[in-house]
Amino acid sequence: MTWTPSAAGQKRIDEIIARYPSKMAACLPALRLAQEEIGHVSKEAIDWVSRRLELPRAHVQGVVSFYTLYHQKPVGKHVVQVCRTLSCALVGGERILDHCQKKLGIRPGETTPDGKITLETAECLASCGSGPVLTVDDEFVENLTIESIDALLDRLRSEP
Amino acid sequence: MAIWIDGRRHEADPERNILDVCLSRGLDLPYFCWHPALGSVGACRQCAVKVFKDDKDTRGRLAMACMTPAKDGTRLSIDDAEARELRRSVIEWLMLNHPHDCPVCDEGGECHLQDMTVMAGHLVRRTRFEKRTFRNQYLGPFVRHEMNRCIQCYRCVRFYADHAGGKDLGVFGAHDAVYFGRHADGVLESAFAGNLVEVCPTGVFTDRTLGRHYVRKWDLQTAPSVCVHCSLGCNTTPGERAGSLRRIRARYSGAVNGWFLCDRGRYGYEFVNSERRVRRPFVRGEAATSEVTPAALARAWSKGRVLGIGSPRASVESNYALAALVGPERFHQGTSAAQTALVATIIRILREGPARTPSLREVERCDAVLVLGEDVASTAPMLALALRQSVRRQPERAALELGIPGWQDGAVREVVGNRKGPLFIAASVANEARELDELATRTVRAAPEDVARLGFAVAHALDASAPEADGLFGRLPAQIAGALAGAERPLVVSGTGAGSEAVIQAAASVAWAAGAGRGRAAELVYVVPECNSLGAALIGGRSLAEAFAAMERGEVTGAIILENDLYRRAPEADVDAFLDRAGHVVVIDHLAHDTASRASTLLPAATFAESSGTFVNNEGRAQRFFQVFDPDSTDIRPSWRWIAALDGATDRWPNLDELQAALARELPIFGEIAAAGVPAEYRVRGARIPRALHRQSGRTAITANRELHEPRPPEDPDSPFAFSMEGAPRVPLARLAPEVWAPGWNSCQALNRFSAEIGGALLGGDPGVRLLEPIEGAPPAYFSPPRVDSLPEPPPDSLLVVALHHVFGSEELSALAPGVAELAPKPYVALGEEEALERGVSEREEVDLSIDGGPILTLPVRIRPGLPRGAVGLPAGPVRFVPAGSRARISKR
Ligand code: SF4
Ligand code: SF4
Ligand code: FES
Ligand code: FES
Repeated sequence: MTWTPSAAGQKRIDEIIARYPSKMAACLPALRLAQEEIGHVSKEAIDWVSRRLELPRAHVQGVVSFYTLYHQKPVGKHVVQVCRTLSCALVGGERILDHCQKKLGIRPGETTPDGKITLETAECLASCGSGPVLTVDDEFVENLTIESIDALLDRLRSEP
Repeated sequence: MAIWIDGRRHEADPERNILDVCLSRGLDLPYFCWHPALGSVGACRQCAVKVFKDDKDTRGRLAMACMTPAKDGTRLSIDDAEARELRRSVIEWLMLNHPHDCPVCDEGGECHLQDMTVMAGHLVRRTRFEKRTFRNQYLGPFVRHEMNRCIQCYRCVRFYADHAGGKDLGVFGAHDAVYFGRHADGVLESAFAGNLVEVCPTGVFTDRTLGRHYVRKWDLQTAPSVCVHCSLGCNTTPGERAGSLRRIRARYSGAVNGWFLCDRGRYGYEFVNSERRVRRPFVRGEAATSEVTPAALARAWSKGRVLGIGSPRASVESNYALAALVGPERFHQGTSAAQTALVATIIRILREGPARTPSLREVERCDAVLVLGEDVASTAPMLALALRQSVRRQPERAALELGIPGWQDGAVREVVGNRKGPLFIAASVANEARELDELATRTVRAAPEDVARLGFAVAHALDASAPEADGLFGRLPAQIAGALAGAERPLVVSGTGAGSEAVIQAAASVAWAAGAGRGRAAELVYVVPECNSLGAALIGGRSLAEAFAAMERGEVTGAIILENDLYRRAPEADVDAFLDRAGHVVVIDHLAHDTASRASTLLPAATFAESSGTFVNNEGRAQRFFQVFDPDSTDIRPSWRWIAALDGATDRWPNLDELQAALARELPIFGEIAAAGVPAEYRVRGARIPRALHRQSGRTAITANRELHEPRPPEDPDSPFAFSMEGAPRVPLARLAPEVWAPGWNSCQALNRFSAEIGGALLGGDPGVRLLEPIEGAPPAYFSPPRVDSLPEPPPDSLLVVALHHVFGSEELSALAPGVAELAPKPYVALGEEEALERGVSEREEVDLSIDGGPILTLPVRIRPGLPRGAVGLPAGPVRFVPAGSRARISKR
């Protein structure tokens, strides 16, 4: 199956490509656009980006798999990414992750059965001074404690 | 210029980095991500050393040797405790997830990772965690994948994508789960994928063909050899055990192939083990013994009435022996009239004109290229790899101007970006993978005559005294001429692939005309059809057509055919007629083919791996291949020995040296041929050179099922090598080293110990002698362009036959290797998009084809974009004989 973005998406990608000296430079925004439209970066989206930007598929797939912000599989309504790198680990990052797993009943990479929350791990989120840290979608949540996690996850789950 | 390493002074070239200098000075310093052909990126941190500001600085700082220039006066320490400890811990991290499965790993025993682990002193494993594991991929018939062994050095993608332009191998994931492979399972697309086996420092990529008949490196018998699968003559190291050839490795040559091989050259070797090998003499189809046959033959054979047919895939020596046996008037080159004429023209151009043929390594340094008529990527793959490097030369200068040394790979590639130097391609077809097209400044698709005309127009634009050609191409000739004239080292590439004399002449005219402005002709490379096309042609002799005519006239009664399947050279009916008329046909070959099956006497020849001899590559470089192993059957002999036996005078040439001496006396062009090898009596401190490493195991047991005593190793009268592990431990001439090995360096990276300067010539000189040199400054004797109106009107509705070449399948010998056969195309007929549309035929539809009114072939259609209108393409190889330049008709069924 081939996939192409909506007319608005097509227009946007044309504008983006025009901004750079080489098409390759538009790879990140193109993938982002695909993710916005589909919800994740599917194989078909990768094919589209590689066609549109004349890049080898292996290259595009490499980019997608490098960044934790691109989802290769469908995700829940919210994506929670817990930092698992050293600074956070030293102040209890592992405990936070364990707690999230228990509370949600899923492991990193999985989505709750109600489709609300996907749990993932991330490498250093560049907020080491305020660890342990996680992100919910595009937002940081810092200085995590068991209590603040409980409150956060409860809120996300109770949203309609 | 010197640097100080651990208090000792070492000469050093400031243009190089410290790692390079240390290794070439014989010092042990572990590394992973650096590769002499790929440069430095400083990724693995394994090559750490301590660098000191001056002789008062006692603290120093840690630096990556591969990223530090060897500036005059640099002081450094390899031995420094802190540097040692860092190197030890780096390898410990790298090994955290490594499966430690050396006993079942094909890399074991020649693994850079094993060597570096020992060298860096990581001797105890402390990790007690679970290891991450990966799924491996199917990558095709040549390369096996075992990702768990990866240490993330990135060399594979740097070779595959950056150096060789491959698109389908990438890096996936991040942090502790980085995966090197394809985006999905499948055959690796690059024709250079096999090099991953040597480039990867561990057992991630291994040789799948070796895996099917596996032996460790130290159990192989090896000798310096030369690839037989195209005209470039890349240097190889074949390895044998127990009578079968197990693999081919690249043998470094500073002049020819550098570190690499193409996959046809690496994996074509299995023809040597093929079912189709002739292993015994046959008389009228019945197996005979060699004791009877030659004597009987010599009696039956009446001098004077027999003609000899040589072969461009047989050695110089065998061709010469046959010519000497039948006499020059009755000796024929085993190639069609057209092919013979093309090669003769090339030789004349290279000997009498002012343009020089560069070596393959020199091609990499050329900075503006015009390719005329040759599908280089298919007919001479390693030349395409070299051209891929030459397009970097001009943009790379910007980096040098910024003071970035050439080995700073990441920085140089950053500066170069997508920019490419001038490369113009004019040919009737592109390589199927469009290998070079993507690099080209401009690509022109046209029929051979038009390609030639473009060439002549370029020549005229370069030198007004060169004849004018019809101006069909607008401003393009001027553009190409400008690029060549403005370059430091312009290069013209052409060859026999288009089957056109005019194309070959046009290429010479361009190269010569380039001399008008700069005082020196451009460099000129011709690709010729086979591994010894030039060597065989230099012996002389007429074409196959004339052999056929002589037979028809009844001047001869028999023929001796040397390593040649005539059905690949001429229309079937002509070959049939020739063989029908010939009373007695002696075929000497290692493969059974249709010509061999018509032989009254079939004699089993040795392949390149079972004999020694010389090939002359397309550069005119005579290169010696040395016998790797003694065939099981005593009936298998080098062709020239059979020829001597036919003569009844076996002592005429007691060994190869004597034969070469006779050749050199008779044909002055071969005067230096002996220098391509060494005399058989060459000894290193009185000892022969062993063909096996000192660790070879089971030597005395290997024949124990037949013979309890240790057998005497067979004699080798033709070379100084011994079929044994005993002999001189180290050979001063690196070109004679049967295999690269040095203490502590068991992998192919031991090579760093075999040249004074890494990437330069081998110690004692690169192998081979150039037989063809131009006449420097000779006034160009320009050829005239083909005139449009001079051509006979082609029969209406007929199409021009063009030969299409394939990396896999077009070359006769490699096509018998199972892996190559798997990737070779089935016979087809190709049409360009327009032609197909006009004729209303579609992909895969079967059509009837008849060439020059000959028999009808029914073949499926393949649409080949870019094939010009009025042309029909046939795959050379899958279609046994493709008469390029003939006219064909096709009709819908
Ligand atoms: S696969 Fe081999 S070459 Fe590639 S990164 Fe891993 S160890 Fe290095
Ligand atoms: S380029 Fe030609 S000579 Fe070199 S390895 Fe390939 S087939 Fe052999
Ligand atoms: S380690 Fe968690 S944000 Fe840096
Ligand atoms: S070899 Fe120097 S950092 Fe890898």
